[in-house]
Amino acid sequence: MAEGEIFGLVGPNGAGKTTTIECVEGLRRPSSGRVKLLGMDPRAERRVVAERIGVQLQESALPPRLRVEEALALFGSFYQRSVNIDDLLNLMALSEKRDSAFAKLSGGQKQRLFIALALVNGPEMVFFDELTTGLDPQARRSMWDVVRSIRDGGRTVVLTTHYMEEAEQLCDRVMIVDRGRIVALDTPEALISSLNVEKRIVFRLPEGQGVGSLAGLPAVSKIEQGDEHVVIYGYGDHFAGSVVNALEDTGVSFTDLRTEQPNLEDVFLALTGREMRD
Amino acid sequence: MTDGDLPGYLTVVHREGLVTLRALGSFVVVNLRLYVRDPIGAFFTLAFPVMLVLIFGAIFGNEPQDMFDGRGSMDISMPAYTALILGTVGLLGVAITTSGYREAGILRRFRMTPLRPLVYIAADVVANLIMTLAGMAGVVVVGWILFRVHFEGRAGSVLLAVILSATAMFAVGYLIAGLAPNARAAQVIGMVLLYPMLFLSGAGMPLEVMPDSVRSISEYLPLTYVVRLLRGLWFGEPWGSFVLETGVLVGVLVLCTAIAVRLFRWE
Repeated sequence: MAEGEIFGLVGPNGAGKTTTIECVEGLRRPSSGRVKLLGMDPRAERRVVAERIGVQLQESALPPRLRVEEALALFGSFYQRSVNIDDLLNLMALSEKRDSAFAKLSGGQKQRLFIALALVNGPEMVFFDELTTGLDPQARRSMWDVVRSIRDGGRTVVLTTHYMEEAEQLCDRVMIVDRGRIVALDTPEALISSLNVEKRIVFRLPEGQGVGSLAGLPAVSKIEQGDEHVVIYGYGDHFAGSVVNALEDTGVSFTDLRTEQPNLEDVFLALTGREMRD
Repeated sequence: MTDGDLPGYLTVVHREGLVTLRALGSFVVVNLRLYVRDPIGAFFTLAFPVMLVLIFGAIFGNEPQDMFDGRGSMDISMPAYTALILGTVGLLGVAITTSGYREAGILRRFRMTPLRPLVYIAADVVANLIMTLAGMAGVVVVGWILFRVHFEGRAGSVLLAVILSATAMFAVGYLIAGLAPNARAAQVIGMVLLYPMLFLSGAGMPLEVMPDSVRSISEYLPLTYVVRLLRGLWFGEPWGSFVLETGVLVGVLVLCTAIAVRLFRWE
């Protein structure tokens, strides 16, 4: 993993993402092979490593009557350096909940508290295991902003997710794992373009109009004209632009135009022969 | 590693000196707060023993009795209820909290920090000890106000004996937590061990009122030795008279700690 990147471990449930991340954190002993983290063995030098990393676990809890601010102060006291608690509360939008007991928090608030705890020592590397599971779409997006700001502050973020959209939007590089094996490792863009899957442009045409002239464009590979929609298949970065330019040049009055791009789910399907969600 | 590397939105505090002591201090304070917030734990440690003083004090009073070498029923209840408190805290409180924290994944979260396991245990022991002493103080203050109970021993000796007895019982609690698969099982094991012991050791009611058969059973219960040691020191007998009692409690402490350390699991 490189410094200052968001590195994603991606795959369906049960693929081995959590096992991998727990071996890296030193929580679990690998059945074979060796793990190096910040140049150290995370099990042999557990405390030194723990000073410098931050971890949000997929399954953990706090004492039910422990309050938000107390939890941050308590965990902060375990480290040689810790960040200002008010800053953390503001960052995670928990200021109003500072005196609430852990048991009284909603799922999203608990998740935000665990993220705050992962940042309490100003870590060099942060691990998030299924960061946004159980959060609503809006909360998920604001979580993404937090993760990006951690990366922009020079930290390395390692996260696992089974949401392909999250990996695509958030990660600088992704490692796709399936049934305990690494099936791919690259940037989301490179993985998608390596698929060489056709992009699609879909739009409506007024009756009687045709799009025969588009067949001559180099980026276009196939045209399907149905009763309602026209679907144009093609490759390359300039595909969408060249099709739209050609349509406007010929004066065709298209409506409802949308482009459909292959995504990481298609990558997973192509590499494993299975859908992400079984 | 310089501050220049840190995210701009977070201010960092560097700590000089003893992080371990600071962690221990904050953890003890947090544990005490959690203890007081938990109605069941606080009741059995602080309120229930005082209720016993009020109820049995009202029934039996504190008149000197030959059976108790000229002391009153409430006089001998002071060390006995102290034994009851430290037995309850160890066998129920420590056992249930430790296994419950493990079951819920709380220990797992602590494990991801630089916190030393020994500091975690020490903070737990110190907080439970403070609560035990607070419960004992409540019993003695109420006993003195209402019944003018007598204390004839040396405070330092009694305090030392309470600490020895309490840590021995806490060690039994950690052992139960290590054996039990979950908090529910820990609670059952703790109750099965504690409740007969409260009746048969002299902690709940004096052994003087029990038949000989019960007294012979009591020889096998660790809490009996706590009651004997505390009662003896309370009324001014020297430590030298309690070599057996001290030996049994040190043995329980050492043996249970050794096994509990081997059985201890973070998850």
